Amino acid sequence: MIRRTLLATAAAGLTLAFGAPAMAQDVTKACFVYVGPIGDGGWTYQHHQGALAVKEEYGDKVEIAWQESVPEGADAERVITQMALSGCNIIFTTSFGYMDPTNNVAAKFPDVKFEHSTGYKREHPNVSTYNARFYEGRAVVGHIAGKMTQTNKIGYIGSFPIPEVIMGINSYYHHAKLANPDVELVVTWAYTWFDPAKEADAARAMLDQGVDVITAHTDSTAPLAEIAKEGGSAWGFGQASDMAAFTTNDDGTPGPRIASIIDEWSPYYVKRVGQLMDGSYEQIDSWAGMPEGEVVIGTMNDAIPDDVKAEAQAMIDAITAGEYHPFTGPMNKQDGSAWLAEGETADDGTLLGMNFYVEGITGDIPN
Amino acid sequence: MDLSNINPVLLIASIMISATPILLAAIGEMVVEKSGVLNLGVEGMMITGAVIGFIVAINTGAPLLGFATAAIAGALLSLTFGVLTQVFLSNQVATGLGLTLVGLGLSSLLGKPYEGQKTVTLPKLDIPILSDLPVVGRMLFSHDIMVYISLCIVVAVWAFLKYTRAGLILRAVGESHESAHALGYKVIRVRLLAIMFGGACAGLGGAYLSLVRVPQWTEGMTAGAGWIALAIVVFASWRAGRVLIGAYLFGGITVLQLNLQAAGMTWGVQYLSMSPYLITILVLVFISSNRSRSSHDAPANLGQTFHATR
Repeated sequence: MIRRTLLATAAAGLTLAFGAPAMAQDVTKACFVYVGPIGDGGWTYQHHQGALAVKEEYGDKVEIAWQESVPEGADAERVITQMALSGCNIIFTTSFGYMDPTNNVAAKFPDVKFEHSTGYKREHPNVSTYNARFYEGRAVVGHIAGKMTQTNKIGYIGSFPIPEVIMGINSYYHHAKLANPDVELVVTWAYTWFDPAKEADAARAMLDQGVDVITAHTDSTAPLAEIAKEGGSAWGFGQASDMAAFTTNDDGTPGPRIASIIDEWSPYYVKRVGQLMDGSYEQIDSWAGMPEGEVVIGTMNDAIPDDVKAEAQAMIDAITAGEYHPFTGPMNKQDGSAWLAEGETADDGTLLGMNFYVEGITGDIPN
Repeated sequence: MDLSNINPVLLIASIMISATPILLAAIGEMVVEKSGVLNLGVEGMMITGAVIGFIVAINTGAPLLGFATAAIAGALLSLTFGVLTQVFLSNQVATGLGLTLVGLGLSSLLGKPYEGQKTVTLPKLDIPILSDLPVVGRMLFSHDIMVYISLCIVVAVWAFLKYTRAGLILRAVGESHESAHALGYKVIRVRLLAIMFGGACAGLGGAYLSLVRVPQWTEGMTAGAGWIALAIVVFASWRAGRVLIGAYLFGGITVLQLNLQAAGMTWGVQYLSMSPYLITILVLVFISSNRSRSSHDAPANLGQTFHATR
């Protein structure tokens, strides 16, 4: 249905573009390109919540449109072009793989604003990039994982070996290690963002090998559903979205999801669309986190002891206040060479290009 | 790398779970192809089974009822394919692909209100004596009922095709529909029944995904399992026993590579993931390079339309 309206508006947009180019626009149209279905309960779901927040904030002054499950690659370029033609004033492309398509289309539509999530290319003045400091959330859940594990083995389901994911792994492990010096990290690569059966298999493989706290960097809730089968002897975290359905087990005991890292895109989307409407819009490279409310830790459930909850909350408060950076030295690289000296914090450039594990993680990063 | 972390008992147990959806879909598709029909809509029937099974299970609280409804839904969906290809003589490849697209769309429409919900899943069976055996008890005899039903279906299909008169007729229809027709067999009726059996099996396989393996409904959750089932049929060169081996091999390699990674192995994992597909291509090349052998493998009339007056 959405696709059909899109086509219809594309046709209308064409007429507009050629027939009456000077027609004034009183409604701002914000469009969103999603990599998965809105119902994934994770990554795409959260972006869509942000889109709905824009509508909620500005009411009749904005119009929103979106398309789900757009493959990364040539199809993305076609979809983005179609959106630009259909009269979108600002287009948010919400996956790393849309980086080149976004820039290609932006070259052809200088009057349309493009916002690409998690990428780094801003080849044209109308392309901005935005991301969130998810590693801040990983630090908090890493601390909880280190405290909660009974087997001293914690797991991480990786999607693809890109800096974003490696940053998350390092932050998670570093803080688990600070909380529990005996902790060991097991990383499994799923090589997909979304394949519930495979994500469940990855969780199962780690559970079978004695891992009892797992965090995922994939988009669905399947790992939590798999952990739930352990019946209270293993734990996991909501990823991207709160995944509150897994907070309690069927028998009422606190369930496999003990906390979550929520991507809260609403403040950013509302701000940017607002700026576009009042004329203060400028090209930016945004990388916000807990202080701006873009990374939020969901309710910690009662499986976590009170003192651990308090410690986690203290860490959240310190990061939010800007007093603590999750990558603060002393930290060494995996090969033992020095990376950060005592008290030194990592610069954004190193983080965004991160291609090494920190000391203590076993195994290599696949290429 | 520490391979001693991999517990073979748990590994084989999780391979059996992981392979069950593709085993069910593949054994059904094998029967369809044995009757001379190529149904490429397995993915669509699986995901329809997944969503219908989930909806029924969540509303009734009875997962087995979910499985039964999923089988019926799969069979009904495949019947539309059967009517189009057998009665209206449409192209089987195009219609099958259409069936996949319809299934994917229909399931996401039906499943919208059920996203993110939890369902009751099938309990693990506790078989007296057998489940308490050391090693094999945990490995083979502590699964849910559907794992055993899937194995029973494989044995039943094998026995049906090999030992029964009806099985012989089905094979005759697949090998030469003209001759079967001349002998007075109802080619179209046989094929429609085979197609519905295939649809029911694919529906069961899909429901196993949404009710046991993952257990939840997520749009697009089959993620290509139906295509793997089609590959397994070719890999198995249309034999029930080899379908079992193929499904456990395909499912097993996914689980094995994840286990190897969790044990710390980082090299060669991608090659392992690739291997079942490479083997399938090799089997295909082998079959088609040897004309005299091919008559024993693919049904001779696979994918051809039949019309009695031609």
